[in-house]
Amino acid sequence: MTTLTLNRLSQGECATIMALDASAELDQRLVALGLRVGKSVRLLRRARFGGPLHVRVGTTELMLRAREAICIQLLREAPSS
Amino acid sequence: MKRIAMVGMPNTGKSTLFNRLTGAHAKVGNWPGLTVDLFSARLIIGDQLVQLVDLPGIYDLNGNSEDEKVVTTFLAKNRPDLALIVVNASQIERQTVLLRQLMRLGIPLVLVLNMVDEAAALGIVIDAEALCSKLGIPVCLLSAKYGQGVEQLQPAMRKALRDTAALPEAKNDSAKLELLQLDAAVKSSVFVPAQASHALTEKIDRILLDPWLGLPMFFGVMFLLFEVVFILGKPIQDAMAWGFSAFRTGVLEPVLAGLPPALRGLLLDGVYNGLSTVASFVPMIVMFFLCMAIVEDAGYLSRAAFLMDALMARFGLDGRSFVMVLMGFGCNVPALMGTRVIRSRGLRLLTMLVIPLSLCSARLQVFVFFIAALFTARAAPLVLFSLYVISILSAMLTSLVFKRRYVNNDPFVLEMPPYRLPTLRQMILRGWHEVRHFIRRATRFIIAGCVLVWLLTNFPLGAAAGGAETWAGQIGNFLNPILSPLGIDPKLTIALIFGFVAKEIVIGSLAVIYGQEGGALTSAIAHQIDWIQAYSFMLFTLIYTPCLSTIATIRTEAKSRAFTALAIAWPLGLAWSISFLFYQAARLLTA
Repeated sequence: MTTLTLNRLSQGECATIMALDASAELDQRLVALGLRVGKSVRLLRRARFGGPLHVRVGTTELMLRAREAICIQLLREAPSS
Repeated sequence: MKRIAMVGMPNTGKSTLFNRLTGAHAKVGNWPGLTVDLFSARLIIGDQLVQLVDLPGIYDLNGNSEDEKVVTTFLAKNRPDLALIVVNASQIERQTVLLRQLMRLGIPLVLVLNMVDEAAALGIVIDAEALCSKLGIPVCLLSAKYGQGVEQLQPAMRKALRDTAALPEAKNDSAKLELLQLDAAVKSSVFVPAQASHALTEKIDRILLDPWLGLPMFFGVMFLLFEVVFILGKPIQDAMAWGFSAFRTGVLEPVLAGLPPALRGLLLDGVYNGLSTVASFVPMIVMFFLCMAIVEDAGYLSRAAFLMDALMARFGLDGRSFVMVLMGFGCNVPALMGTRVIRSRGLRLLTMLVIPLSLCSARLQVFVFFIAALFTARAAPLVLFSLYVISILSAMLTSLVFKRRYVNNDPFVLEMPPYRLPTLRQMILRGWHEVRHFIRRATRFIIAGCVLVWLLTNFPLGAAAGGAETWAGQIGNFLNPILSPLGIDPKLTIALIFGFVAKEIVIGSLAVIYGQEGGALTSAIAHQIDWIQAYSFMLFTLIYTPCLSTIATIRTEAKSRAFTALAIAWPLGLAWSISFLFYQAARLLTA
């Protein structure tokens, strides 16, 4: 098991949210969008040229910049290849 | 009168439900403590008249974006007797956050689980009765878009209004426990399959969000949209213009023949010519809004935000700003209001500075008119598209200049809704809304503007109509030194001055200035100016102040006089510079 932040996830990969490490305000927004501790999040794709990440958590899909994704600590279940 | 408020997160179909419950009879109104207008409508529930208010979609009540402040202020100062909390049924798990916050306020609630059609397609099963008894509030499962289940809402609201004892019982427990209890209640009454995703959306996204082709495809779609509006809309507009002309010669002129010449001139050349020229564009504008609505309701705009964010970041903006600029293609005013979701004041002001550069539908009328007069049918769509490109380029230039002054520190986290097909009903409502919007503007600005233009071009008495001795001629000549380097003659100058009030007046006033309408007006203009002058005039029209409503909106939204002054002065300077560069360069090259 390895820990990593959301921006390090590779395309198509899934991991469990361990902690949210943002300002209180951003934390609240992330929780409201479904990024809660214990939930599984999948990286669907990244936009070109350092653009936002497209992720799915539960039934919600959302986009966020790497700057925000770095605040989300994940736990990867399977060892990465 | 009792008051019911509708609260919910963005993308929950709140406004669709509001329209479903109220029809097209909603009114915009002021509220104590709020500087923004909210939609409200009267509704008969049981035997009493109640007022239903649609609040902006927000993620939580504790945030401090402008939208969130609107909701919290409204709830504090205009405490409703009942709140409908609208939740996307397939996302109920995460939307309990807002539900808990509302429960803590102690306002009687009805939980509306909307979009049950989508939830069912995902395999989500909701036991409404179990949820109702666990939460202690009424629960309605419905689809506002298709209308299924909406009929339960009436009795539910009636019952809730009558017996306000239907309050959540967990009120006294600590906040944390409440959320856990809520989550447990939801978990035990809602079944969500482990792999619940929109298969079709995933497939479409794989194509439309392609790393390399995504952006070119987006611009291709937008180009196609403008093409369709132009190619389908132009013949309709021509037909309308012909019809108005025929009505004038066939009916109005004989009927008004007995009136004194001045009054007849005012009615026919002032009011009728101006108004009919503008009205002939209404079908095209409605068609444009319908196309935009399809793109928007389908969920493609949030994809545009995704595709454009990296580029926008370089200009100090973000994907949301880009979407607002696109919305501005319809009308700048709602796009400016849309910036309320942005928390960072810097980003919000920067976005408000670029939105007025969006080529709105009112300006579209002016361009369609001039393009038809001075360009070939083959060149026309390309000329129009070039103006859209310049609209975006001038927005980017503006943000480059001001990005260090209005710094963006807002996090960028945005929902990506599944693709949805708008229903015919939604389209018709939208189209009707636009027609109404036009009529409102017509009665407020256009008639008054046209009358004023007629007076200016026909007085003082004895001056030849539209000549240099009239007041209009004098003003045009006075401003001539500033505008003649752009190729803009005194007659067009008058149109530009009135265009400051509303762009619809520009063509209306041209009709009055030239004393012609329909095809005759088009050929009169084609004889007086060449294509370089026309393009220079269009560039100026595109960039300078869009209309008074936009300025007023910027003033109330930004709450700053200095910023409003900047939002007037900068585009004016930019418009002059770009028109000047174009006109002089084009004259040199074609000499």
